[in-house]
Amino acid sequence: MTEQKTVTVNMGPQHPSTHGVLRVVLELDGETVIKATPVVGYLHTGIEKTMENKLYYKAIPCTDRMDYLAPMSNNLGYCLAVEKLMGIEVPEKVKWARVLLTELTRIKSHLVWLGTHALDLGAMSMLLYTFRERESIIDVYEAVSGQRMMSTYIRIGGLAKELPKDFDKWVRKVLKQVPQGMQDYIDLLSGNQIFINRTKGVAVISAEDALNYSLSGPMLRGSGIKHDLRKASPYSGYENFDFEIPVGRIGDAWDRYLLRLEEMRQSLRIVQQALDGMPEGPYRAHVPGVVLPPKEDVLYKMESMIHHFKIITEGFETPRGAVYQAIEAPKGELGYYISSDGSNKPHRVRVRPPSYINLGALPKMVEGRLLSDVICAIGTIDIVLGEVDR
Amino acid sequence: MEQTSLMTEKIRDFFSSRFADAVISEDNFRDQQSFYVKPEAIFDICQTLLNDAELDLKYLSDITSLDWLGDEEAEKGRFEVVYNLYSLTHHNRLFLKVRLQEDNPRIRTVSDLWAGANCMEREVWDLMGIDFEGHPDMTKVLTADELDGHPLRKDFPLTWEQPKFTWNKDDPPEVIK
Amino acid sequence: MGLEEKIPDSIILTTVDKMANWAHKRSMWPLGFGLACCAIEMMSTFAPHFDLARFGMEVMRPSPRQADLMIVAGRVSMKMAPVVKTLYEQMPNPKWVLSMGACASCGGVFNNYAIVQGVDRIIPVDVYVPGCPPRPEQLIDGILKLYEQIEKESVKDKREEWGRRIG
Repeated sequence: MTEQKTVTVNMGPQHPSTHGVLRVVLELDGETVIKATPVVGYLHTGIEKTMENKLYYKAIPCTDRMDYLAPMSNNLGYCLAVEKLMGIEVPEKVKWARVLLTELTRIKSHLVWLGTHALDLGAMSMLLYTFRERESIIDVYEAVSGQRMMSTYIRIGGLAKELPKDFDKWVRKVLKQVPQGMQDYIDLLSGNQIFINRTKGVAVISAEDALNYSLSGPMLRGSGIKHDLRKASPYSGYENFDFEIPVGRIGDAWDRYLLRLEEMRQSLRIVQQALDGMPEGPYRAHVPGVVLPPKEDVLYKMESMIHHFKIITEGFETPRGAVYQAIEAPKGELGYYISSDGSNKPHRVRVRPPSYINLGALPKMVEGRLLSDVICAIGTIDIVLGEVDR
Repeated sequence: MEQTSLMTEKIRDFFSSRFADAVISEDNFRDQQSFYVKPEAIFDICQTLLNDAELDLKYLSDITSLDWLGDEEAEKGRFEVVYNLYSLTHHNRLFLKVRLQEDNPRIRTVSDLWAGANCMEREVWDLMGIDFEGHPDMTKVLTADELDGHPLRKDFPLTWEQPKFTWNKDDPPEVIK
Repeated sequence: MGLEEKIPDSIILTTVDKMANWAHKRSMWPLGFGLACCAIEMMSTFAPHFDLARFGMEVMRPSPRQADLMIVAGRVSMKMAPVVKTLYEQMPNPKWVLSMGACASCGGVFNNYAIVQGVDRIIPVDVYVPGCPPRPEQLIDGILKLYEQIEKESVKDKREEWGRRIG
């Protein structure tokens, strides 16, 4: 008889459904995947090294450019870590505004995930619908910071500037538009037989494996483990909000689809609560020499101007030591490990990239499955290559 | 909060009762409990923790590394590897830190305990050049194939463009030759 | 008086340049290829709100062999650079390159070992669009600038580059 041979297929880095520049080397027997090896690094930017060479303030823009689908979550993680290092307590209003904005970011990130995931599985029009709703969230971004994507709005000890006067209007527009849009998605996808067949029972990962692979975020919760850092180790005042943590049952792509839709609903709830209960107060903590003084003061007060000048040019001295702050980003546990040697620049900034570590489970998820399931598995992990490669 | 401080005590007891020889020092900066341990003991500690139902520090959150070149800390060893463990039931974190010497830094892998450690250790090797003994696939992961050296080391220059598409005019620095 | 009077109405006289440029301009197919953050803005540009289909460009081609505009959307790393160059070489002539965003144009904020300091080091660029990332309007403006540039092109100048098929 003929000798049995396997075929090695290279997928990517330029491939429409790899969400950027991921490359997967697949060893196939017919159409069955024997082994899948993700090859990453095609977007390696050296962000960690770059941040080591910048002052603490000036490293914030680098964080935006990692997970570019959820820039505010990245800002928040970094700023919370620096605040922990410096022992800064921020005003209540800042906490609430941060929660509101990061929850909008979660919806924004999930919308892009939903659009691209459905696009990969053949539902092309989903992308057009999700980007419609995404524009309304981008309007909020633009209203608060002036930038559509890379807002750098969350700063150490507070926010970049006061929330705009018409902030309510923009957020209420999101609160009105996104639920309507979500009804459209459910109509289009939840009863769509093709979509169901391609996601149900595909890319399964058991709870035990999910823990063993250190998965986090929807990947972990999809397998039935109720772990969310917003509840487990609350940060930025999440303990004040009322929301549920959805979990999946068997950990397949369909579970994670339902789970992320539910997460978007819960995020809308949090946004509503944060908007209704937003306290009054300053938008930055008053810590002279560390936190930038408000811009109005810089223009009229001598001390504020000196502080501003010193922070921008020299930065601030930090205590020696290392801190780790993790937040629940849309993709999972986003952690910043900042080690300080006492100087005005970080000694080392390590980012715990949720999508890089989640991607580690890809070989496990597709082994023995069909080639077309690889596309579904890549989509359901919700990777963003800027964060995988940094 | 009370539960966390209770767990802090329990972890301290765990180390003093079972790994008293392996622990070098304890650090509690900003309420974060970390232990400096001897490199040869790391695998045993991780394995014991993984089977310890009471402490339940079974979730490996992260593995990372630091380079202390040019700092006073460097006497204890130039490289530092940090294991970040989390408890899903008690919600507390434990940092295990290991110091490694400058020449030929190597440590036993934990990728046979946690499958997730595989990609984390690979990244540490690629960016910091710390070898994990027994790791199934210790190859480059993020940096370009042509790149020599490990970018996150402090003696690796930030802006030196090493591979092909470069307009660098100066001679390469010492470390690359 | 002239030739126009002697020929039927359905015939329009023009130059080869104008004809070729008009065809190139109005049927431009971009390569569906995103690198980093700018790719998301590029997707926004193709999405309903900004709708690049107004300019006859809604078809993104996943294969470089069917595309004639490469939008380099995002930072090009040292590891990706050979791939970008290969993709460019796989595209058939005539072809154009639009460098989108600060990173693709000059390295942006990432002046470091990992990023190619401008994609023009590896492939020729026709239009640079600044911004980090550029707004969709900026990208559309860049594409319109490229149209203007195409209108001024001459088939004769490009003959060598394209091979002998047209001349």
